[in-house]
Amino acid sequence: MRKALSLCWSLVCCGVVYPARATGDVKREVRPRELRVCADPANLPYSNDREQGFENQIASFLAHELHATLSYTWWAQRRGFLRNTLNAGLCDVVIGVPVGLERAQLTEPYYRSSFAFVTRRDRHLGDLRSLDDARLRELKIGVPLAGDDGANPAPAHALSRRGMVSNVIGFSLWGEYERKIPAAVEAVVQRTLDVALLWGPLAGASAKKSPEPLTVRLLNEQRDAGIPLAFSIAMAVRESDAPLAAELNAVIRRRRAALNQILRSAGVPLLDLEPQNREPHHARP
Amino acid sequence: MPSQRRPDAPIVRPSAALLTWGLVACCGLSCQKHAEIKPKPEHAPLANANAARLRAGAASEDGQWPMPGKNYENTRFSGLDELNRDNAKNLRLVWTQKTGVERGHEAAPLAVADTLFVVTPYPNHLLAFDLHQPGSPPKWTFVPETVPAAQGVACCDVVNRGAAYAHGRVYFNTLDAQSVAVDAATGKEVWRVKLGDVTRGETITMAPLVVDSQVFVGNSGGELGVRGWLTALDTETGKINWRAWATGPDSDVLIGPEFQPFYESDRGKDLGVCTWPVDQWKIGGGTAWGFVSYDPDLDLLYYGTANPGPWNPEGRPGANKWTAGIFARRPATGHAVWFYQWNPHDVFDHDGINENVLFDMTVAGQTRKVLAHADRNGYLYILDRTSGEVLSASPFGPISSSTGVDLKTGHLNLVPEMIPKLGQVTRNICPAAPGAKDWQPMAFSPKTGLLYIPHQNLCMDEEGLEANYIAGTPYVAAAVRYRPGPGGSLGKLSAWDPALGKAVWTIEERFPVWSGALTTAGDLVFYGTMDGWFKAVDATNGKLLWKYHTDSGIISQPVSYRGPDGKQYVAVLDGVGGWAGAVVVGDLDPRDQSGANGFVNPMVELKNVTKKGGAVYVFALP
Repeated sequence: MRKALSLCWSLVCCGVVYPARATGDVKREVRPRELRVCADPANLPYSNDREQGFENQIASFLAHELHATLSYTWWAQRRGFLRNTLNAGLCDVVIGVPVGLERAQLTEPYYRSSFAFVTRRDRHLGDLRSLDDARLRELKIGVPLAGDDGANPAPAHALSRRGMVSNVIGFSLWGEYERKIPAAVEAVVQRTLDVALLWGPLAGASAKKSPEPLTVRLLNEQRDAGIPLAFSIAMAVRESDAPLAAELNAVIRRRRAALNQILRSAGVPLLDLEPQNREPHHARP
Repeated sequence: MPSQRRPDAPIVRPSAALLTWGLVACCGLSCQKHAEIKPKPEHAPLANANAARLRAGAASEDGQWPMPGKNYENTRFSGLDELNRDNAKNLRLVWTQKTGVERGHEAAPLAVADTLFVVTPYPNHLLAFDLHQPGSPPKWTFVPETVPAAQGVACCDVVNRGAAYAHGRVYFNTLDAQSVAVDAATGKEVWRVKLGDVTRGETITMAPLVVDSQVFVGNSGGELGVRGWLTALDTETGKINWRAWATGPDSDVLIGPEFQPFYESDRGKDLGVCTWPVDQWKIGGGTAWGFVSYDPDLDLLYYGTANPGPWNPEGRPGANKWTAGIFARRPATGHAVWFYQWNPHDVFDHDGINENVLFDMTVAGQTRKVLAHADRNGYLYILDRTSGEVLSASPFGPISSSTGVDLKTGHLNLVPEMIPKLGQVTRNICPAAPGAKDWQPMAFSPKTGLLYIPHQNLCMDEEGLEANYIAGTPYVAAAVRYRPGPGGSLGKLSAWDPALGKAVWTIEERFPVWSGALTTAGDLVFYGTMDGWFKAVDATNGKLLWKYHTDSGIISQPVSYRGPDGKQYVAVLDGVGGWAGAVVVGDLDPRDQSGANGFVNPMVELKNVTKKGGAVYVFALP
């Protein structure tokens, strides 16, 4: 069964990608194809079930490039997401995951970002770029929290490692469904926080929607005490699905500019993808 | 007595905090020994004069099974003795029916009069089977209105640990944080109340306890920064009578003049605030997803609180009250009477929610009202349940992370080297995060005086970091590898003498024993295995008497009851899953190098010996 499926993908691959590259009138027989995507139904700026997120836009773009129709399975992107969706066969691709993620085959990364400081423009903190900036000790900082114990975004660790605990407020990543912008950004707007330290895409996209002008600055540091702060983001397919990975890689290489355009329009602050190639997939001290 | 107040405890910075914890842990080094249980299958427990004595479940046996723990004391002891050591080998399947859901089934069926009630994993259908009819056909099925998004939120499969019967109604909770009362005769909803916000990661998986006119319910979701609570609902209307939070100011925790904790470290004003960095208690965890016990004579409820969350431990210096401990409360008001913290400042994800079994035993010549609690941290605690004093804490599994419990202060002595630090390699941490025992409830037989503890034998290594991604934000987490503890078997069923503080016999199982235990007056112990064997063993020596292979693995709670025809029956659900099942079936990477000699490999094997399922099985003598 598994073999038959792979074979089927190979056929599709031959039937779609190469004709698509041919110029002129291609009326070759192309079997109807579906690009099955798993995504969070309520997690802007990434995705929602009204297809308003930038990952929705990327999915549409990929479907177009692959001459496929687009279908979604909606599932909250939380613990067990890959297990319950991609690896349960409910879909064939997840649009954004960090390089180094296990339990799936990843494409080449198509963007790289980092954590970013978000401040009110009228606070003139645009030169705040480093975790070692002494001013941080005097500021009230909001950081995201993901899960229990060690499972938290790097800024939470980086700040507590520097002894900054009492001036740091944790924000849950959950319960943001009804909000236009994340609670931490809202708190910056309302001046109850001086600075929010958020994952770049979230920071950048939220700043675009803010009623007050905000400044978004990526951290200078890309690593802190061995813990990465910058991540390259790729697409995920099932481990057995090399043909689809190859197809997606072809699109990523060929249409880099178009993908970057989608990301920039969404406000995603981008880093150069180059350093990724020198980085081990699995950091072991 | 709150004589020593710590109202102005300063916010401790991490370095100072670590020093404090380091010191505390260092104290135990001089007496460091890594305890390990040696099975003694030939030991005769009844010869022991100090054997725990009958009280719990001593009331005349009515043949019903109205709540998952069988009784308020949570003994899981049936006084029925038609089935015994001699005839257990003749047990036969009487009937079986699918539940229609194929996820992890952790619930206990309830048997009341002529009906067997089963609550399924999400979408939490309530099924009623008519025990009067041949084959026990379904009488009715109740389908609650729920929010499907809850599935993605639940941490560890979409389990439900059972319902409770009282006042002609069946009370149970749904994964999307609702509590429901259903008319037992008609299957019609009496009331339904929303208790939590599923979009914030708050779910309910526990079985409620009903005492008089109140239903007691606690929440789940500590790993997502949910703040824990136990609440009391009116049995007639579902109206909330009180809610006791596990963190925050005393007024939220329902701590008042009645609060008399036994140990100094639990005395002081607003410890639920000042044992945390500023405002962290608001997302501090301490949920209440285990079983609740009740002592009618003392009029006290007992339940455990889950691990603190969600910050990395360095970000929450302090004891993180009132997480990873046990509360005794007044049911009428919710007021706390005492508290004891199994795991102050938990760093291992060691929830304190494991069940508390109530019985009386002779200690130093005196009869004491005690409760027994087998914690994730590997110690079997005997507490005086009137005061919260720890009478003993004995290792029931391999422990390398701590050296013992100081009975003077009640403090757990950690081994500093074993405290995980992100990005550092720490090997051979025992027990692993799921603990020496997780939620799976033990049973107590007043006849043998023994506790029957289903548990696991897992250690873990933390090796480097791995990337993860949740809600669109990347993070790194410790790459944790579970592996079998000493001896190599992943699961055990231990018969434990609470007076001697050691196991008198132990059965080794290939996979974690994730099912509850049942014991009966016929000197039998029943339990199920993840590879799908439902077993009956001799309660005195652990000898296997009978086994039956189910379609799917068993992680539920077996029960026994007297049917309308007067015969004794034993019922259990199959349907593998739960945290162990998730660990097993999908969450670990089979490519991992540690798989060959580690946890991954045997668990991958589980896929070959069982499959998904969900059915009720009922057995009796021919």
